[in-house]
Amino acid sequence: MPSDTLALGAGIPAPTTEAPWARRALMLAAFGFLALFLALPLASVFTEAFRQGPAAWLAALTEPDALAAMRLTLTVTAIAVPANVVFGVAAAWAIAKFEFRGKALLISLIDLPFSVSPVISGLVYVLLFGSGSLIGPWLAHHGVEILFAVPGIVLATIFVTFPFVARELIPLMQDQGTTEEEAALSLGASGWQTFRRVTLPNIRWGLLYGVLLCTARAMGEFGAVSVVSGHIRGETNTMPLHVEILYNEYNFVAAFAVASLLACLALVTLTVKTLLEIRYGAALAATRKH
Amino acid sequence: MGTPAPAVRAPVWRFRKPGIIPGFRLAMTVTLVWLVVMILVPLSGIFFQSASLGWEKFAALAMDRRTLAALGISFSSAFIAALVNLVFGTLVAWVLVRYRFPGRRVVDALVDLPFALPTAVAGIALTALYAPNGWVGGLLEPLGIRISYTQAGIVLALIFVGLPFVVRTVQPVMEEIDKEVEEASATLGAGRFQTVARVLLPSLTPALLTGFALALARGVGEYGSVIFIAGNIPYASEIAPLLIVIRLEEFNYPAATAIAAMMLAISFSMLLLINWVQARSRKRYGHAV
Repeated sequence: MPSDTLALGAGIPAPTTEAPWARRALMLAAFGFLALFLALPLASVFTEAFRQGPAAWLAALTEPDALAAMRLTLTVTAIAVPANVVFGVAAAWAIAKFEFRGKALLISLIDLPFSVSPVISGLVYVLLFGSGSLIGPWLAHHGVEILFAVPGIVLATIFVTFPFVARELIPLMQDQGTTEEEAALSLGASGWQTFRRVTLPNIRWGLLYGVLLCTARAMGEFGAVSVVSGHIRGETNTMPLHVEILYNEYNFVAAFAVASLLACLALVTLTVKTLLEIRYGAALAATRKH
Repeated sequence: MGTPAPAVRAPVWRFRKPGIIPGFRLAMTVTLVWLVVMILVPLSGIFFQSASLGWEKFAALAMDRRTLAALGISFSSAFIAALVNLVFGTLVAWVLVRYRFPGRRVVDALVDLPFALPTAVAGIALTALYAPNGWVGGLLEPLGIRISYTQAGIVLALIFVGLPFVVRTVQPVMEEIDKEVEEASATLGAGRFQTVARVLLPSLTPALLTGFALALARGVGEYGSVIFIAGNIPYASEIAPLLIVIRLEEFNYPAATAIAAMMLAISFSMLLLINWVQARSRKRYGHAV
């Protein structure tokens, strides 16, 4: 600050900043708020999980229903995330590399799942495949189980995580423009070669970032999955649903033990995300809102 | 910055501007098929199911006293939480952008915790913390303040889930603020408070509105973090998404659909209203954001 170097007298604050006491008060208020709403809840997950010692914690995690829940969560994520990566890359390619009518509408439609309640995201599949729907009875007759089974959980998860990858890639690829691809094409590269060797390296960090957020949400989704799962222990319970069941049975230590695993996942997500931002900030999209 | 595709004057109506980059048809087909099959067809089910009920039956279900109470609780709680986040989210963004202190990176990363932490985990953690026997709830209990199992608990959970929306929308705009504007204001004799209130805040208004709208929209639909702390007492602390789940468990699909349709209709009209206000404020304060 130039005014600082001129030393206009100790009592006069720089005109473009706050007085030291105001700074301290603002920081105190901000930290207090963050502690009450973010840090303490996070800390309480771990203290509750280890309330009866590490042995009880480990027992809750290695119990068969908990293991089944982990397996199901991983399976669902392993299907939902790649599906949304394919969609996200295709959508970003179409939106960022071409000019066409109705682009703004298409972008808003892709964002739609963000503004729909997770419970409604589950409800739509109940209406689509339930006994009261057009295809529900046909599916039941042919022994195809979608609702209250794994396919329904996968569908609901895909619905909820639908925009994540596309949302990350669209602004990034719009920023990068089309010149490099045009250069590659005019030098004789094929479309796929251009995509693999020019576009993909340019977007890899943004893609990783999107995949990270998508994975975190897919593993943690609760509302949508809860509506379509049917809560069958050991079969259609994902980890968040398992937490709910244990909690409602007043088995708090076990509930928080499973929750602590999910919280670790969140911490890993945040760490990787921060590292990506520090290391590849310039290669990630400048505008990010989600 | 890439140069835009060469401008071609096309007097005829074209769906897409011509260019040499391939793959439009493939990418567009994948995008549209996936969008229609996964999102639009399922969502349209709400509309068709509501329409098939007929107006009178739909109105009877939608105007049910318990439904209206749940909608009122959901929207009022989300509104209060978004207001709190507007104030404290802006404060947090300000501290992160303007002040330098050890551990700033950690605090900055922590703001995204609600995005990364599964909502059910947040729900039981907040309940453990704010229940009468919890760390914070235990301190408030002697003062006669009850948070868990009341509407205050719902607001608390919604503050948690909505915070990053406000911070992450306001923060980048704050970083872009030109220092010269503040210097000019100070030179012209404005006190620091005047500068902040009359020069800085107005230029942040569009971003603040966007953050508020995002937090509000998220709060209205939130389920996982709320149900544990809310106590779920009908007419007092039962949110609309929970009532949908209850109706579904009773296999009362028409009632569940009616609540969902009401929620979607109110949310979308609110977002339209906010977009309109935002367009106006953007016109007034220049094109920040």
